[in-house]
Amino acid sequence: MSDFAIEVAGLCKSYGPHAVLDRIDLGVTRGSVFALLGPNGAGKTTMVRILATLTGLESGTALVAGWDVVAQRHEVRRRISLTGQYAALDGLQTGAENLRMMGRLLHLPARQARARATELLERFDLVQAGERRVAGYSGGMRRRLDLAASLLRRPEVMFLDEPTTGLDLRSRQAMWQIVSELAASGVTVFLTTQYLEEADQLADRVAIIDGGRLVADGTPDELKQQIGGRRLDIELADAANYAEVIAYLGERATHTDVERLTVGVAVNGNAPEVRSLLDELDPHRQRISRFAVHAASLDDVFLSLTGHRAPERETASV
Amino acid sequence: MSEGTLVQAMADGRTMIIRSFRLSLRNVDGLITALALPIMLMLMFVYLFGGAIRTDGHYVDYVVPGVLLVCVGFGAATTAVSVTADLTSGVIDRFRSMDVRGEALINGHVAASVARNLLSSLLVIAVAFAIGFRPHADLAHWLGAIGILALFVLALTWFAAAIGVAVRSAEAANGVTFLVAFLPYASSAFVPIHTMPTWLQSFARNQPVTAVVDAIRGLLLGGPIAASAWRAAAWSLAVIVASAALARVLFARRTS
Repeated sequence: MSDFAIEVAGLCKSYGPHAVLDRIDLGVTRGSVFALLGPNGAGKTTMVRILATLTGLESGTALVAGWDVVAQRHEVRRRISLTGQYAALDGLQTGAENLRMMGRLLHLPARQARARATELLERFDLVQAGERRVAGYSGGMRRRLDLAASLLRRPEVMFLDEPTTGLDLRSRQAMWQIVSELAASGVTVFLTTQYLEEADQLADRVAIIDGGRLVADGTPDELKQQIGGRRLDIELADAANYAEVIAYLGERATHTDVERLTVGVAVNGNAPEVRSLLDELDPHRQRISRFAVHAASLDDVFLSLTGHRAPERETASV
Repeated sequence: MSEGTLVQAMADGRTMIIRSFRLSLRNVDGLITALALPIMLMLMFVYLFGGAIRTDGHYVDYVVPGVLLVCVGFGAATTAVSVTADLTSGVIDRFRSMDVRGEALINGHVAASVARNLLSSLLVIAVAFAIGFRPHADLAHWLGAIGILALFVLALTWFAAAIGVAVRSAEAANGVTFLVAFLPYASSAFVPIHTMPTWLQSFARNQPVTAVVDAIRGLLLGGPIAASAWRAAAWSLAVIVASAALARVLFARRTS
C-alpha cells in the first residue's frame, strides 16, 4: 500500500481556452491534513471535484486511496466523502431523515442507519434540531449536519471544500475542532480554504494555488522559511517617505500598512542583512522612525508567491 | 451488472422513491395547486363554458376525460422542476460522490409524480360524480381507462424528467408546464374537433392527447375504443422510451 492517500501527477483541466488547473503535481500522506490554499477562482473547487470523481480531467493522473479517479471511480467513491461549499441536504426533510436517507444510500441496514444517525446528531450537537426540517437551520447547523452526513460511513479520504466559508467565529472553531479530531482518528483530510489562518491551524501540509498553478507546497513552517522566515517591518516618518519607499521596493514589499506607514520586507533575520537593508532604504537616516523583525506569517508567503493579498474574513473579529 | 449491484441499485431506487414522496407531501403549495387547479378547471368548463359548447349528451360527461388530461399534464410537468432543482443544488454532488445512480434519482421523481397524479385524478373523478358525471362503464372498462391514463401520466412524467435534466434553471423547467398544459386545448378534450379550423383539425386529430381522451371517453361513456386505445398506448410507450433514453444520455453528459 502506498504511503499516499492522494497522488496527482501532471493534472490539467480547462474550460474552453481557459486553463483552470495547469500541470498539478501533489501527494497527500495517509492520515494527514492537507490544505489547498488560494483565492477565489484559483481552481480549488475544480481540484476537489476531480479528486471526488465528480468532474473529469483532461490529462494527467489522479489516484485517491490508491484508485484512479476516472477509470476506477466507483472504487474511489466507496472510500471518500465530500462536503461541498453548499450544504448538500434536503431542506424539506428533517436532519434525522436526511442522515437516515444518506445512510441507506450507503447501504447500511435500516437499523444501523438509524443508530448511526442518532449517534452523529449527538456528536454534532444537533439532537434537538434533528427532528426539525433543515430549511430552518442556521448556516453553522447545516454545515455540521453536512459533515455528519460525510461521516455516516468512515471515509478513508475526506474532502472538505471551504468548510468554514460564511460561518461565524464560534461555528468556525467548532468546525476546526471536528477536523482536528478526524485527523487524529487517522482519516486523511483534504480541505480547501481561502484563509491562511485556517491552513496554518489545521494542516500538516499546505499547497498554494493561484491561477490554476501550484506555486508552493510544504509544511506551514517550510513555506514561511522559503521566503526568509522573518519579516522586517519598517515604519516611515511620513506619508511622502512611505510612498517613496513603496515605489522603490516594488515587488519586494510583502506587507504594506498605509495607516501605520509601515512596509514589510522578507528577510532571514541576521543582523548584517537587516542593517544593510536599512541603510539601502534610508542612507541619510531620516526616513525610518522604527523597525521590528518578527516571524513571517503564511500571509507573507501567500503575498510573495501570488503577488496579491489573501482575502480578509468578512467576520474578522468577534 | 452483477447481482450485488443490481440489489443495491434497487435499494437505492426505493430510498429515492421514499425521498420523493416525502418531498412531494411536504411541498404544501405545490400539492394544493396540483389538487385544486384541476377541480377549478373542471368547474369552470362545466359551469362557464359548458352552456356554449354543443356536444352529444351532457357536457360534463364529455369534458371529464379532458379535465383529467389537463390535470395530469400539469401534475407531470412539475417533475421537470423537481429534477432541475436537484441537479442545480449541492445534493446531486453528494449523491454522485456516494455512487448513487442517476436512474435512481429520476425514478424516485417519476414514481412520486405517478402517485400524485393518480391521487389528483381520483379527486377530479370524485368531484365530477358530485356535479353529475355519469359514466356507464363496467369494471373492465374502468381498469382500461385507468391503465391508459396511468400510461400517459408515465409518458408525460418521463418527458418532463428529460426536460428537467436538459434545462439549467427551474424557470426554464417551468416552461414545460405551459407546453404540456396547452396540448389538451388543441385536442378533442374540451371541444369536438370538427368545430376547429381545418388546419388545426389535422394536428388535433393526430396528437397524443386526442388519442388518450378518445380512448378514455370510449371506455367510460361507450363508443369506439380499439383504434384510439392502441394509438394512445403506442404514443405513451414511444414517449416513455424516447424520453428515458434522452434523460439517461443528458444525465450522463451533464454529470461528467
